[in-house]
Amino acid sequence: MTGTTLVGLLAAALVAVGLYGFLVNPQPLRKLIAFNLVGNGVFLLFGFIAERGGLPGIGGDPVPQALLITGIVVAFAATALAVTLLLRLHESTGSTSLADEAPSPKDPAA
Amino acid sequence: MIVDAFYAAPAVLILALAVYTTVVRGTFAASVGFLAYGLLLTITWVQLHAVDVALTEAAIGAGLTSLLLVRASHRLRESEAAIRAETPGLPLKLAAGLVAGIVGGGIALAVLTLPEPAPTLAPQVAANLAATGVGNPITAVLMAFRAMDTMLEAIVVLLALVGVWSLAPDRAWGGRQGPRYNADPDGILAFIARVLPPIGIVVGIYIFWIGADHPGGKFQGATVVAAMWLLAMLAGLTDAPPIRRRWVRALLVAGPLAFVAVGIVGVYAAGTFLGYPPDAAKALILVIEFALMPSLAFTLGLVMAGAPERPEEAA
Amino acid sequence: MSFALDLLTYVAVAAGAFFYLAGTIGLLRFPDTLTRLHALTKADNLGLGLIVLGLLPHAGGVADALKLVAIWLLVMLSSADAGQLIARAARRAMRRGEPPAP
Repeated sequence: MTGTTLVGLLAAALVAVGLYGFLVNPQPLRKLIAFNLVGNGVFLLFGFIAERGGLPGIGGDPVPQALLITGIVVAFAATALAVTLLLRLHESTGSTSLADEAPSPKDPAA
Repeated sequence: MIVDAFYAAPAVLILALAVYTTVVRGTFAASVGFLAYGLLLTITWVQLHAVDVALTEAAIGAGLTSLLLVRASHRLRESEAAIRAETPGLPLKLAAGLVAGIVGGGIALAVLTLPEPAPTLAPQVAANLAATGVGNPITAVLMAFRAMDTMLEAIVVLLALVGVWSLAPDRAWGGRQGPRYNADPDGILAFIARVLPPIGIVVGIYIFWIGADHPGGKFQGATVVAAMWLLAMLAGLTDAPPIRRRWVRALLVAGPLAFVAVGIVGVYAAGTFLGYPPDAAKALILVIEFALMPSLAFTLGLVMAGAPERPEEAA
Repeated sequence: MSFALDLLTYVAVAAGAFFYLAGTIGLLRFPDTLTRLHALTKADNLGLGLIVLGLLPHAGGVADALKLVAIWLLVMLSSADAGQLIARAARRAMRRGEPPAP
């Protein structure tokens, strides 16, 4: 097993950890972090495949690497929009709950 | 063996930090953990011979995303205890673990059974690199071979900003984004916000300029410039502009519009949208890059600033 | 000459790694925020400086060497400022009587 195969396995593990966090954490910001972990795993998998297609002189296959840059920027844009949405939800309801029936705030002053 | 250790050490640390951000109690701690995780991920990108991606990860993945998360977790800290009560019980956790394990295991299996030899487009890129006049193959892909993706990417960032703007409460519509930051004008934050931006702007433009032939490019460079602007905003030295202003909107759309305009020129000059006549390829790429860089820096800075919160006249 | 330069690289990078290790142990072992900051900012700046010094003979040219030195200076600037900001936040938290961060 070569070193880069290890990176491929790391990608699989990141997807698994992120998926678990996304399902289990009730806090939406934590879900966003977990979502980014899944995204990083997919990106890393893509980078691993790009590296396998490398040529002497060109490190990895530049086509997937360029798409990765696009992917990271788009993931950031989506995360930024989601974080802003969440902050607005918190500002207008005082809660960040995503449950259908949000438990009534115990402390209305908050 | 020793080579494998170079891959294994960051991989183990990255996985440990990923698990930490998932299971740690506080959201603030998770956000800081994500920052450290992103920086370590940068090392892995270098190991994958993807220095351009490493720069993007450091600037956007670790830098901007973590700043968003850290700031948001600070603002949400009061709701932390209430939301923790919604943590699911053990059966659901076990089920989630099972699902995650199956998905992760399936991907791992795919990693170990990838076809040999690996499919690649690298030879085609190498063969056509000279026609673009650009030396960095990734820039060539971004700006020539897959220019449509890059154009849509710039527009996606702009759409994210439109989304952020549209979250303004009615009283703040057209006003300024985010809270007004009041740092001590003689304090250390104000000091670094005065010292660093001249250096940072030069570094950002350098990363942008070098991108033609070496790792770097407009997204990474624009992020550094935007970060300098954000630093000055956080130190209270400057403020986000009111989004009602015409110059704000003109600067935001100038880059994407130039990209579309060059694309339309391509229809007449080279027979296809975003086609470049071979003699003018480098010149047209430069036109797009120079128009896009300021718009991108401005857009990224404003996306980070948050929803409009204050009417225009409020200081 | 080249042997002497290689020796400089080995010694300086090893010393830099030692200071990093010391700073990290301090970060993990010291009892509160201020002492941990002390370990981190001081030892790591020195460690990075030594590593940069060790890499200088292998830089591709004067421009590359200057870039390495610039990285060191920028990291020192930012870590000194970040250290100050964290220390101030920690002091404010102490005055409010909050328990020190774990």
